[in-house]
Amino acid sequence: MKTTIIQFPGSNRDRDMIAAITLISGQSPALAWHTDTTLPDSDLIIIPGGFSHGDYLRSGAIAARAPVMDAVREASEKGVRILGVCNGFQTLTEAGLLPGALMRNAGLTFVCKNVKLEVANNTNPFTARYAQGEVISCPVAHHDGNYFADGETLQQIEDNGQVAFRYAEGTNPNGSQNDIAGIFNTAGNVLGMMPHPENLVEPAHGGIDGCRLFEGALNMLETQAA
Amino acid sequence: MPTYNATVTVRLKNGVLDPQGKAIEGALGSLGFDGVEQVRQGKTFDVVLDAATQDAAKESLNAMCEKLLANTVIEDYAVEVAG
Repeated sequence: MKTTIIQFPGSNRDRDMIAAITLISGQSPALAWHTDTTLPDSDLIIIPGGFSHGDYLRSGAIAARAPVMDAVREASEKGVRILGVCNGFQTLTEAGLLPGALMRNAGLTFVCKNVKLEVANNTNPFTARYAQGEVISCPVAHHDGNYFADGETLQQIEDNGQVAFRYAEGTNPNGSQNDIAGIFNTAGNVLGMMPHPENLVEPAHGGIDGCRLFEGALNMLETQAA
Repeated sequence: MPTYNATVTVRLKNGVLDPQGKAIEGALGSLGFDGVEQVRQGKTFDVVLDAATQDAAKESLNAMCEKLLANTVIEDYAVEVAG
């Protein structure tokens, strides 16, 4: 399984993502720059966290219109798995690859802490290595993580089982609708999430529960797990 | 081609919660400005552009809003072109 990580000016979790993928898969990911118009042959494309283009205009707005995103869209249509974390999630919604939008946190402050994350749908490869309803402690670090979609869209997301992760009851850090922390697209090959699984892959991180997300995304069997 | 001065205003749609507007509303109240019922925060863009006609300028600005300046999932926009 080959992974490509997209880098924008202002991406800053790209190196964490490279380290996580290398640790878990044993293979270094390919890297793509925002101006690239083609991508290496990939099974998994990752848009990492950070502050692409300084979060100017809206978080992820300018990144979403970068040349490389046409190649990401094309790969998505072919069924390639795409993961956007934090600013990557914002970018995927701005690009229209995921529904809804991520607005300023309801409390207005930047939130940087561990949250309780509940697996809302484990019938997708990304989440298959978790138990349905399992709660893990996972770091978040964002200012714009308040998920919003209009009533009709929200209903569709819920009815289709597109909610991948929710903040466990009472721990919503940002006012996100329905406690949504991560969603799939309708086809299930695109996942966007605010929490940072790449910062939960080594014992020194305080836990390794993030590994299973990447193992699932890379079709790694349990016995191959690091 | 003539040059036009335009103002684009982007606002959150009605019904979309605006935590920043709410915070400003609260701050105005605590500064003693009574009677402020609601504040909604938005953005304006002053755009200077060359276009064949005023209508063409407006059409171009609408396209800019749809493609970049506004996120129509959460925002409405209004375009004004000075004659």
